[in-house]
Amino acid sequence: MQEAPIIIETVIKAVAIVLVFSAIAGFTTYIERKILAFMQRRLGPMNVGPYGILQIAADGIKLFTKEDIIPSKAVRAVFMIAPIITAATAFIAMAAIPFLPTFEIFGYTVHPIVSDVNVGILFVLGVMATGMYGPLLAGMSSANKWSLLGGARTVIQLLSFEVVTGLSILSPLMMVGSLSLIDINNYQVGGITNWLIWQQPVAFVLFLIAAFAEVNRTPFDLLEHEAEIVSGYATEYSGMRWGMFFIGEYANMITVAFLVSIVFLGGFGDGGLLGGLAVVGKAMFFIFFFLWTRAAWPHIRPDQLMWFTWKVLMPVAIINIVITGFVMMF
Amino acid sequence: MSLEQFKNRNVGTQNYVPLDLEMPPSDPWDKFTQVVKRTFKGELFVGLWIVFREMVKFDIHTVQYPQEKLPIGPRYRAVHKLLRLLESGYERCIGCGLCEKICISDCIRMDTKIDENSRKEVTEYSINLGRCIFCGYCAEVCPELAIVHGGRYENASEQRAHYVIKDDMLTPLDFLKDQEEFPGFGAIIPGSDADVKKTPTAY
Repeated sequence: MQEAPIIIETVIKAVAIVLVFSAIAGFTTYIERKILAFMQRRLGPMNVGPYGILQIAADGIKLFTKEDIIPSKAVRAVFMIAPIITAATAFIAMAAIPFLPTFEIFGYTVHPIVSDVNVGILFVLGVMATGMYGPLLAGMSSANKWSLLGGARTVIQLLSFEVVTGLSILSPLMMVGSLSLIDINNYQVGGITNWLIWQQPVAFVLFLIAAFAEVNRTPFDLLEHEAEIVSGYATEYSGMRWGMFFIGEYANMITVAFLVSIVFLGGFGDGGLLGGLAVVGKAMFFIFFFLWTRAAWPHIRPDQLMWFTWKVLMPVAIINIVITGFVMMF
Repeated sequence: MSLEQFKNRNVGTQNYVPLDLEMPPSDPWDKFTQVVKRTFKGELFVGLWIVFREMVKFDIHTVQYPQEKLPIGPRYRAVHKLLRLLESGYERCIGCGLCEKICISDCIRMDTKIDENSRKEVTEYSINLGRCIFCGYCAEVCPELAIVHGGRYENASEQRAHYVIKDDMLTPLDFLKDQEEFPGFGAIIPGSDADVKKTPTAY
């Protein structure tokens, strides 16, 4: 009977995370359209509600009421499951991330993390890597050549960048000596100078580049490259199933933004109110950065991506690990 | 954009900037140095800075169309208008039928009769806009500047027959004071009086 409150608390936290972050993911689509528009000297959505803010509601209604078409030659079961994998893994990955410092409300201490597993960052990266199955299965089951190409590109991109993600995060982890994100955060308590970015700038840049690939954002959005493969793995999807791919993508963006802020930029520091605001601000900056690069940078070709990953990023990451190891040893 | 720029249709070289491009690298070492140079040149950050600057400057170029419209050139050829004489308010059209004759898509029809003053009066005048190609020959050929092209380019209507009968095109009598002399297609070029030469009689 001792475990009942913990279970209830966990369920409440899980539901809260899903609700809050799907709402934020929806809102991010609006922000993205607005920021992209401003950067291209346009106005963006303006007609639905004041400054087009109700565009989210209009899009939501459209997605929910749109016909859910399943192509007759598609593999039905796989086709239907694929978007659920993307959305689910995106939210499951959030389970091990401390979004805010511990705070007290009505005399009850709340830990804003669903479960502080001791392999936190490994869990997050592992679940996000599992998310690869969403686009892959969608691409293979759609009976469409564009989808198939999108699925193939998913595999080459995500498999390549998993290597860089793992290797680049390894050197900060060697310094911290723990995989728990709360431990990583606590390692950096004590002001800006203690942030891991100053000790591991190369790892920070590598991880950021790999993060772009993990969440399929612009320099590396080969999966649904409109100019080449229509809409990639999502070509045959419509309605809410397509919407789930999108919610998954934006939820992944938020996860990665929090991950970078916690691992390299000090997270919430010692855990006051200011720290909570700081971590949200840092995460918001990275989400803005994702949109910013989308406005500024071109895509790269798949062969350039492979070249870049295996011939540039991976050697740099390994050299970084070796140097970190030597510095720690002597 | 000023109207002068808008009206300048001369395609010249004034808008082109010649680029100083290097030849692509041939041997592996050149390729490598090019990669290193491009990596540390910071061009990606130039791109980021430019879009960020544009966002902060907030110099928005969107035209929110139904609320605001771009100016159109005076020689734009949209739905036709039939003009009236400015002083008397009589119709300018003398029923000569030249427009009907010159119309290459054969979409103008007019009916005329002799009225009580022994003048030709136009009873019916219609343009089939479904066929009209807006070539402007009718406005050009009209000796009285009666049929001209207007600026009304929003042709959405419940019925195809709208806009095309005489009452729709003719300036209403009570709006006569708002009728402006047409500067556009088929109008007399300003200063053309000076170009008129006397007919040589020396033959």
